[in-house]
Amino acid sequence: MLKDITIGQYFPGNSVIHRLDARFKIAITAIYIIMVFSAKSFISLGAAFLFFVIAFLLSGISVKLIIKSMKPIIPVIIFTSVLNIFFIDGVTVFELFGIRISDEGLLTSGYMIIRLVSLICGSSLLTYTTSPIILTDAIEQMLKPLSKLRFPAHELAMMMTIALRFIPTLIEETDKIMSAQKARGAELDSGSFTDRAKALIPILIPLFVSSFRRAEELALAMECRCYNGGEGRTKLKTLVSGGKDYAALSLSLLFLALIMIIDLGRVVL
Amino acid sequence: MDKIISAEKLSFYYSDYSDDEAAENENSRVQVFDRLDLEIEKGSFTVILGHNGCGKSTLAKHMNAILLPCGGKMYSAGIDTSETDRLFDIRKHIGMVFQNPDNQIVASVVEEDVAFALENMGVPQDEMRERVDSALKAVGMYEYREHSPSQLSGGQKQRVAIAGIIAMMPDCIVLDEPTAMLDPSGRREVMKTIRRLNKEKGITIVLITHYMDEAAQADRVVVMDKGRIILDDIPQEVFSNVEMLRKVGLDVPQATQLMYMMNKDGFKDADVHIIDAEKCADYLYELLK
Ligand SMILES: Nc1ncnc2c1ncn2[C@@H]1O[C@H](COP(=O)(O)OP(=O)(O)OP(=O)(O)O)[C@@H](O)[C@H]1O
Ligand SMILES: [Mg+2]
Repeated sequence: MLKDITIGQYFPGNSVIHRLDARFKIAITAIYIIMVFSAKSFISLGAAFLFFVIAFLLSGISVKLIIKSMKPIIPVIIFTSVLNIFFIDGVTVFELFGIRISDEGLLTSGYMIIRLVSLICGSSLLTYTTSPIILTDAIEQMLKPLSKLRFPAHELAMMMTIALRFIPTLIEETDKIMSAQKARGAELDSGSFTDRAKALIPILIPLFVSSFRRAEELALAMECRCYNGGEGRTKLKTLVSGGKDYAALSLSLLFLALIMIIDLGRVVL
Repeated sequence: MDKIISAEKLSFYYSDYSDDEAAENENSRVQVFDRLDLEIEKGSFTVILGHNGCGKSTLAKHMNAILLPCGGKMYSAGIDTSETDRLFDIRKHIGMVFQNPDNQIVASVVEEDVAFALENMGVPQDEMRERVDSALKAVGMYEYREHSPSQLSGGQKQRVAIAGIIAMMPDCIVLDEPTAMLDPSGRREVMKTIRRLNKEKGITIVLITHYMDEAAQADRVVVMDKGRIILDDIPQEVFSNVEMLRKVGLDVPQATQLMYMMNKDGFKDADVHIIDAEKCADYLYELLK
């Protein structure tokens, strides 16, 4: 059950998208998010989505995976769109027992759905095509200038590295503890919501205790390997950028400009 | 011969309280060592044995300055461990491997983890690549360099942890029960790796273990009890003290056990200095002939 979690999963490959410098990929994803949220018409939203489709086709990631990434946010999408449909005023298009649906409401929730979906698609494509380690490296390097302002860039990256390393270990351990508690007669899958929530306590406590012990041992092992913070550290692998990275960045900026022009044009006309 | 590690009148206690006043209070102390002397020769393979809680791990932690003596001196790689500004020099020379491989691996790719110490030490990239590769080859894990540690078996993980230490090119590796959490085949893999590092690379090995068959493979066995050293000799001599070992809660290798029992039952030529199964089998063969 716990093994199905796909957050931040990486699917190795050798496409152009896989080979782009991770720092550029992060920047391009940010630009794409700006596109999605600055687009004010269906045409410009379509343009932003077209940008995603191009990247998606180049990446060789299957449609199934993209759809799968959507699963966890379906409740959020439904919730926000329902709120929008019912609570935004405008010209009434439908009325029943005092519940009104306005044209504005429909429109806003339509935009909202498209934006959320595009957002998730885009960011999943980033994590699907970039190994977590490289992603962490890229984040560290992009944040490095901020460390002059005492921003803990290295520490943040180190924390992410360790978290990534321990996710499978802790999932395995949770599974083990759950089996152990079940063997002792704990009922984890039945009963009311509060019963099940209570049944989690004997799982979480051993998990926390063992995590603290792990943390202590890991800190010791890191000290034994001369860990002394971020200063004076070198790297086994460094990120390299080339022509294709600049080309991809330019393309994304071009799309952003296009979207702004489309929307501006509509306003002027 | 040169000494790589030497403890001179080493005293140490854990105190329950962190403030000095309480630490002065004798009652809140757990005294582990009282004037302990020990020397480890360069290039040797020493095993430390002892019942639970006799202070083996505490001694190991003194060897690379994780713990500092409360009295006496500890010299590691010729450096007094109380010189706090030379901490990293000591740790580069004396590497340490712990029991649980899962809690020593930092990165989620094997080669990145092996490079961790070198990254900390600021080794240039080209040299780092070379050292990582040769460390992985030394433990026989080179083919797995791009794997995630979570896909490896316990023995393989422990070998990766050892590679992470070897990459620092230490003179000595201290291993605190590295095989305790492994299955028999994992234990054999790790022991083979340790022996090879000792024989081929000349790295000094200090191995803490509860397995007597592992101790039998060493050049020297040190037996501890309640923070003191009670036996210190080659394995054959140490294990011939069957009764003494029993008294401090330790076993002897099965071959020695058999020889000891036969000896007691009247086979006067059964030699308790036999520690390996092969010699034991030879003796039985001769006897039955
Ligand atoms: N952090 C600590 N604080 C207080 N006492 C401690 C601490 N660590 C160990 N001790 C005590 O010091 C003594 C020696 O412990 P140590 O861990 O060195 O034993 P060990 O020989 O490694 O045992 P084992 O075979 O179980 O690993 C024990 O009595 C233990 O209870
Ligand atoms: Mg111990």
